[in-house]
Amino acid sequence: MEIPYTVEARPDTGLYNAKLGIWLFLASEVMLFGGLFSAYVLLRVGADPGMWPHGWQNLTLGTINTIVLALSAITTLMAWVACKVRDFGKFKFFHACTLLCALTFLCIKLVEYHEHLNHYEIHLTDGRIADGDMEQNNASDNFVTIKGRYVTDETQLYDLRSQKDIPENEIQIPRSQIADMQNYGPWHNDYLALYFTLTGLHAMHILGGSIVIGYLWGPGRKLWKKDPERFTNRIEVSGLFWHFVDLVWIFLFPVLYLT
Amino acid sequence: MSELKTAEQHNAPIVGHRESHEHPVEFGSYLRRCGMVLAVVLGAVALMIWASYLPQDHFSWAKKICIILGIATCNAFVVAGFLMHLISEKKMVYTILGFTVTFVIGLFALTLYAMNDFPRNTVIH
Repeated sequence: MEIPYTVEARPDTGLYNAKLGIWLFLASEVMLFGGLFSAYVLLRVGADPGMWPHGWQNLTLGTINTIVLALSAITTLMAWVACKVRDFGKFKFFHACTLLCALTFLCIKLVEYHEHLNHYEIHLTDGRIADGDMEQNNASDNFVTIKGRYVTDETQLYDLRSQKDIPENEIQIPRSQIADMQNYGPWHNDYLALYFTLTGLHAMHILGGSIVIGYLWGPGRKLWKKDPERFTNRIEVSGLFWHFVDLVWIFLFPVLYLT
Repeated sequence: MSELKTAEQHNAPIVGHRESHEHPVEFGSYLRRCGMVLAVVLGAVALMIWASYLPQDHFSWAKKICIILGIATCNAFVVAGFLMHLISEKKMVYTILGFTVTFVIGLFALTLYAMNDFPRNTVIH
């Protein structure tokens, strides 16, 4: 039995079946991310003036991730081109680069998540708020230590971009003075909920794409010897998915890191 | 036995062609094109970061967002056009994308409409 139109284009669609399939899948993905982006618009426009965070993300890490993903988009295309010109050695090189970029992206994302989850906002009984990175939080100690600063009003924590060179000191807070303590996880506010949902879903796409790319680079490459044209089409389809993931990041980066 | 049909069983009037014969691929020219796309993408990223630091006195956040998203959209067109080959794709792909764009516009239009759609007697502070 032979599966039809894995290489040849169908006369009615003009595309081989996998390519038609990936475009339909990408259309559904656009709607998935579109729904989340529209949720962002709704919550952002609905937020009270001055109550939407600015400068909460590590711009350096975000920019590095953007460059890494742009590079991976190039290498995935070059891997397909290498297949087209029947240069399997170059294909292996470019696909390995893509995989490396994907893993770098995920590692940087994990570092960013760790930064957020280790950052605490602590409301004290006297009305002040301590904000900073947790240094020490042992259950046996009757104090916690953070590296950060005190503010008197929560609104001072929202626009970090306008506050240049914020002095940070080591602060030791007795547990008896803590009224409420929460880290910057997705439960902290709407912005962080959106940040973790959007970037988490995007990271899962990166992970899924990496598994496919890894498979095609490893065990899946057997098909190259049997049917190189079909293998090339598989690389094209996985590449289209990868470019879509890159496109999503092109909008996520400015929306979450710059505005 | 199987429900899957082979190319012959479809009895198509025109036998499908191998896609590789459509666009002759030349490694060097693609590498140059990719280099240019990468340069454009990196330039766009730099431009977006610069725009985000425009002085608040002259550029409100609304203006900045419009500028930044405008640059991001141009960037997306370059990536989709050159890396996803959307500048020279089949009609079927454009049809799928046409439907997708229509639905996305509908999705955002509903969101914008819902912003001012409050239940009766809602008090806004």
